[in-house]
Amino acid sequence: MHPFTDSFVLALRLIGNVDAELVRIVGLSLRVSVTACAIGGTLGVLLGTWLAATRIALRPVAVWFVNTLLALPSVVVGLIVYLLLSRSGPLGSLGMLFTPKAMVVAQSLLVIPLFAALSRRLLLDALSEGGDQLRSLGAGRLQSALLMLVHERLGMITVILTAFGRAISEVGAVMVVGGNIEGFTRVMTTAIALETSKGDLPLALALGIVLLGVVGIVNLVISLLPGRTAAGREAFA
Amino acid sequence: MTAMTAVESAVLGAPLQPLVRLEQATVRFGDVVALRAVDLALHRGERLVVVGANGSGKSTLLRLLHGLVPCTGNRATFPLAPGGRAPVMAMLFQRPFLLSVSVRWNMLPALWLHGVRGRAERERRCHQALQRVGLERMAGRPARSLSGGQQQRLALARAWVIEPDLLLLDEPTANLDPSAKREVEELIEDVARAGVTIVISTHNLGQAKRLGTRVAYLEAGRVVVDLPVDRFFTDRLPREAEQFLKGELPWT
Repeated sequence: MHPFTDSFVLALRLIGNVDAELVRIVGLSLRVSVTACAIGGTLGVLLGTWLAATRIALRPVAVWFVNTLLALPSVVVGLIVYLLLSRSGPLGSLGMLFTPKAMVVAQSLLVIPLFAALSRRLLLDALSEGGDQLRSLGAGRLQSALLMLVHERLGMITVILTAFGRAISEVGAVMVVGGNIEGFTRVMTTAIALETSKGDLPLALALGIVLLGVVGIVNLVISLLPGRTAAGREAFA
Repeated sequence: MTAMTAVESAVLGAPLQPLVRLEQATVRFGDVVALRAVDLALHRGERLVVVGANGSGKSTLLRLLHGLVPCTGNRATFPLAPGGRAPVMAMLFQRPFLLSVSVRWNMLPALWLHGVRGRAERERRCHQALQRVGLERMAGRPARSLSGGQQQRLALARAWVIEPDLLLLDEPTANLDPSAKREVEELIEDVARAGVTIVISTHNLGQAKRLGTRVAYLEAGRVVVDLPVDRFFTDRLPREAEQFLKGELPWT
């Protein structure tokens, strides 16, 4: 059979057999990326909100820096976290290197600029539309931006999905700081990289299909959250 | 005698309690001068109607009175007597911006921001304001699903709920059909009767007659005329104001 057909059959077999190793790998991938999005999202959205609201002189420089970090290669993030967490590094005493915690740190750093830049853009558009009106009600710039976060919550869901997609699909950082240790730090992407290097391309592709399926299910669950409006569903269109 | 003092002496009488005073106030947006050396004093209980063509600076003047835009020259607000607290200001915009939440949740942030303590008190005032504009049954509906007139009434309720001393209305009926226009005008009358000082910008001179006690005509960012409402429509005015009246009156 064709390698692609093999991969689909294999992917279906892996899912159908409820392969224990696969379940563990998928579980760890989800746990690491969801935690990283929660931590990175909180910090990134706060940074984006502040950047949308502040009028300090250095704001253009800060915005340029955050936008530049959007292109930060994940392997470089992994390298930085590796240097910080290695025994000789400033945070070496925490003993986090080659643990899922280190992978969370790396993915959090990876998604912070994404959350900051996208939420800032979203808020700026909203503030240009209604910022004056909120300020006329007594809101300061930061309060206006925070209220706009509520207003733009459906757009923020798209930002979360984008960041989650980046986190769960990256391989460089988690490989460097996690080490791809079987049964401990192996996640979907590092497993795919490993199987590719071993030459088992159908299995690697099958794992890729499963990864895509997992992300698809997460997107579907979020799109079905209660309280979504027609306008919100358009964000997924 | 300047236009401002003429109004003070002719219509409002003394002593008047000033709320906001502009002296030689100029507002620039980049190279564009939106307001030029405006002198204007606003007193408690007045209903000032600002008229003028598109781009004459009406909206900027209202924003400046509120303090939403910076200016060169002087803008001063005066504490209210007795008590000495700062006047509370609210503004209703031509196209109201409503948060993508329910009608009720559009009201509550205004109350939080003005430090209204206690959930029960906030709910009471919210309910009262919505009742006043006839939207109490729609409190749970998404604000953005309301019709244009209902959205404008909600924005008016949101401005009114903070119990402003000065309410600025920027062409509040410009996009409304005649029926919704009448409803909003009646609400503005209600608010004004409650003692709130009103500044309203409009193209509609009929509305100026109905709602105002004083009319200011703006052209190219300058206050050309500032007179009591009856004199504005009877006195001989500067040429540009006369032309505006001739152009506008047949349509009112």
